[in-house]
Amino acid sequence: MTDIAQIEQRILADVAAASDEAALEAARVAALGKNGAITALLKTLGTLPPEERKSRGSLINGLKERVNAALAARREALKGAALKARLDTESLDVTLPVRETPAEVGRVHPITQVTDELTAIFADMGFAVAEGPDIETDDYNFTKLNFPQDHPARDMQDTFFFNPKPDGSRLLLRTHTSPVQVRTMLAQKPPIRVIIPGRTYRSDSDQTHTPMFHQVEGLVIDRSSHLGHLKWILEEFCKAFFEVDRVKMRFRPSFFPFTEPSLEVDIQCRREKDEIRFGEGDDWLEILGCGMVHPNVLRNCGLDPDDFQGFAWGMGIDRIAMLKYGMADLRAFFEADVRWLTHYGFRPLDFPTLAGGLSS
Amino acid sequence: MKFTLAWLKEHLDTDRTLAEIADKLTMIGLEVERIEDRAKLLAPFVIARVTEAKPHPNADRLRVCLVDTGDGKPVQVVCGAPNARAGMKGVFVPPGAFIPGKAVTLAVGTIRGVESRGMLVSEFELQLSDDHEGIIELPDDAPVGTGYAQWAGLDDPVIEINLTPNRPDCTGVHGIARDLAAADMGQFKDAGIKAVKGEFPCPVNVALDFGAAPSLCPAFALRLIRGVNNGPSPDWLQRRLVAIGLRPINALVDVTNFITYDRGRPLHVFDAAKVRGNLVVRRARPGETLAALDGRTYALDETMCVIADDNGVESLSGVIGGEKTGCSAATTDVLIESALWNAVNIAQTGRKLGINSDARYRFERGVDPAFTLPGLELATRMVLDLCGGAPSQVCLAGNPEAPERIIDFPPSELKRLAGLAVPLPEMRGVLNRLGFFVAGQGERVKVAVPSWRPDVQGTADIVEEVVRILGVERVPATAFDRGAAPRKPVLTAIQSRTRKAKRALAARNLIEAVTWSFIAKRRAELFGGGQPELALANPIAADLSDMRPSLIPGLVAAAQRNADRGFADVGLFEVGQVFRGEAPQDQLTAAAAIRRALAKPSGIGRHWSKRDGAVDAFDAKADALAVLAAVGAPASALQIAAHAPAWFHPGRSGTIQIGPQNVLGYFGELHPSTLEALEAQGPLVAFEVILERIPAPRTKATRAKPALELSPLQPVERDFAFVVERNVKGADIVRAAMSADRKLISDVGVFDVYEGAGIAAGKKSIAIAVTIQPRDKTMTEAEIETLAAKIVAEVGKRTGGVLRA
Repeated sequence: MTDIAQIEQRILADVAAASDEAALEAARVAALGKNGAITALLKTLGTLPPEERKSRGSLINGLKERVNAALAARREALKGAALKARLDTESLDVTLPVRETPAEVGRVHPITQVTDELTAIFADMGFAVAEGPDIETDDYNFTKLNFPQDHPARDMQDTFFFNPKPDGSRLLLRTHTSPVQVRTMLAQKPPIRVIIPGRTYRSDSDQTHTPMFHQVEGLVIDRSSHLGHLKWILEEFCKAFFEVDRVKMRFRPSFFPFTEPSLEVDIQCRREKDEIRFGEGDDWLEILGCGMVHPNVLRNCGLDPDDFQGFAWGMGIDRIAMLKYGMADLRAFFEADVRWLTHYGFRPLDFPTLAGGLSS
Repeated sequence: MKFTLAWLKEHLDTDRTLAEIADKLTMIGLEVERIEDRAKLLAPFVIARVTEAKPHPNADRLRVCLVDTGDGKPVQVVCGAPNARAGMKGVFVPPGAFIPGKAVTLAVGTIRGVESRGMLVSEFELQLSDDHEGIIELPDDAPVGTGYAQWAGLDDPVIEINLTPNRPDCTGVHGIARDLAAADMGQFKDAGIKAVKGEFPCPVNVALDFGAAPSLCPAFALRLIRGVNNGPSPDWLQRRLVAIGLRPINALVDVTNFITYDRGRPLHVFDAAKVRGNLVVRRARPGETLAALDGRTYALDETMCVIADDNGVESLSGVIGGEKTGCSAATTDVLIESALWNAVNIAQTGRKLGINSDARYRFERGVDPAFTLPGLELATRMVLDLCGGAPSQVCLAGNPEAPERIIDFPPSELKRLAGLAVPLPEMRGVLNRLGFFVAGQGERVKVAVPSWRPDVQGTADIVEEVVRILGVERVPATAFDRGAAPRKPVLTAIQSRTRKAKRALAARNLIEAVTWSFIAKRRAELFGGGQPELALANPIAADLSDMRPSLIPGLVAAAQRNADRGFADVGLFEVGQVFRGEAPQDQLTAAAAIRRALAKPSGIGRHWSKRDGAVDAFDAKADALAVLAAVGAPASALQIAAHAPAWFHPGRSGTIQIGPQNVLGYFGELHPSTLEALEAQGPLVAFEVILERIPAPRTKATRAKPALELSPLQPVERDFAFVVERNVKGADIVRAAMSADRKLISDVGVFDVYEGAGIAAGKKSIAIAVTIQPRDKTMTEAEIETLAAKIVAEVGKRTGGVLRA
């Protein structure tokens, strides 16, 4: 009996001493290989009498199982040690900076963002988006909009002109988006509900004026829309755009050649050091002009003013962007300073929706 | 338009406060721009007496004064004014008050060791004049302790309104008062003007001489006043004029200026002694000039209307008078003119000569024709009151009568256009107070428009009058029904493409710029623009003169400005209009981007990971393809041709097209000469595509995507390396490999391009990975070998490429 115990002791010592996969394999072969110690013991079984064979057989098999278990355990330990040794050599300096996500670096211009906000708000109220060319005729920019030839009101517009044609007519850069009202009325039958964002031009340059700027215009033509609807739409717009629960607005009579009655609209606000808060305070800030479309304009666009009626409004996209997002200087909009664009611009995935919030 | 509160009250009987009146002015369309309330500003300044003035112990020029301010306790003030002396009366202000002339708040001071608890002020410090030689001296009867502004009559608030061009009637205080009275701000004072009986015929005649051409002068009234005693006008008149920023000249001139502002009725006075013969109103003749009252000489032309005598032109009608016949203190006989002029002609003349006079301001808006003669009578009365003299009869040429304007007005228009239900009596009340006359009841009434309201021409104008005076706040906000129209996309195809292009480019780390639509001519020319029909006639600056043919020059300039500020690695894009011609269809929408220096799509600037290096043409190509993919261009139809317009590097640029007839755009490095001409430094790559050029996708009946086919068979990938001539295009090798079996080969990628050791000079190696997707059954090795051989043969046949050994 002692021979089995001795063999077991020796084999388990060899297994325990195996320091790598090869040594362990050698120990396994020495125990269980063709010429291994346990294999040798098994070979002796056949020479034993049956009753002894049974008891000795079970002893040798017990030995074999324990050795196999020891081999497996040792193999696991060696593998773990080897992995640890490998991992110990594989460390990275994870504090090194990675490249920023391109979509986090890129920006859309505030004018783009605000135009998308306007589109979301007015699309929800049933408005489509109309556009027209920057190079316009005098007829569409002025005459059809009821600017009398050489009326002092044309003094209010400092217009960029192109050189006259042989017939004396000359094209111009549109001074407002209103010629698109004319184009829309000439092209489609009422009901008309459009907003018209676009570039506009006036020969003007200082901190609050640039020779190029952006306007958005709204136009509704049907058989029933009146000043009360206009007030409602503009109030709804201001609440949605400035993202406030209530907003107090003041409609002041004014004058534009293409509307009658004409109104200018102020919004109540509180001016603080670096920002303007809407829906509170006791200051007024002018944000847009509007009115009922002038009967002459309807007539000029082929609509009978006794049959059709409607209203229009217009405001500066750059200006309402400044009011909402706090830019101080209009000129910076067009200077393409990447510091300004990165600061005031918007991430491409921050797409304004009514469902998700315009600016959140 | 400026006036004072006291002046307004000459025409409006009211006990409303300044704030109420100002607020109402704004709400009826006469927007208050500014109120200068000097009573408030000057409230701390009181009349005081200097009781004692001793030399300052430590300063020769200063005095230590004790000042009685009326509350019994003398105040010690250190004063440096040479006229400060005991017994005088002046104006005192205590510490804590704001000194408008110096824009500082006064504090208790110690001047050379002596405490000073206030200040005796000069006119300069009160912003009354430029006089800061000495402190204000007041007469002995000035009451100590009384507010100075109140005592001196400086407490009349000045109101400035921003008058819209449609309201000539409110270029005078009288008209403003009428509007306020209509809006329930008081009682309008509208006493009639009595005609002054002429004592003799006017010795100077007036002829309107326009030949067969239309008259530029509907009416001209003239009167002589003989034996006037001209001189400074009285204090009250001078104070009125000064308050609104006019300089008093002499009584005769001041009367005309006063009536201009009081009634919106400009007048002119000639010194009759300097007028030779009769007056003729006519067009100016070429070469005529006028030395005007503003001290400048104007060259006139036949578009302008003048008043001439036997000496020539004496006055530029309705715009400015001539210096020669102007009235001075020595004037004894004065001719007063009250005329009507053609508004458009006045505006043109004023604009052409750059004259912004009070007369032009009113005549170009349209002066009340019916007030031509009353205005002259009012002026006569004032001249007689102030200067004495004997008036002639009025000499009148032309006809100042205004044609009657009657509008057929259905009162229901108010509800229809304004959404406001107003009972007829209320409507009538408003219109009557504004000077309109309403006749009739029921569904249609007749509204007669007063002569001073040329802006009221139709029913909408009457609606405005009523709404304006009743207040727009009475119009109830009414919910707007979006209607039964189905909810469809509201963007047109090009709007949608613009929007997607912007977000796609920003998602590639590019920053959106908005640059001017106009650029310098030479820059436009570099990019195929600069056509004469796209050049502005009146550019605001020489470098903003021509409509841009491309977005690239603006972006390059913007990138260079950033580089000059220390930001060399910039990637900018813009999506916006470019101009190929003046017609609407020649305005196209371009999407363009530039990348400069290390602004790579993978990251901007240097990075430890070393995956950097300067931008190259492939970055621009990737940007271009990203935009095209985002806006729905058919990827499989796009071709890349190895050429581009002259502003690109000839060897490092390409064209993206769908067949040679439809060029979508270009990409690549900019030509070094282009960069030099743009005064910009590279490395710089750019792309530009035209969004209109992308074919519209086919409209589909269903939104469902085509069924997905997933093969159960595993794809096989085989690599090949071909040696080809250097000028062979990679795309041709890919296309050749694809063509070996269009059914089985699902993809061909280029994974290596190599030139150098091991490859013969003038040749290159291109390695491709071919993905083979078995269709019906797993392919055997022999079948795959057969296909591989076909690929090699096909590439060899089409490109001359041989398998690399």
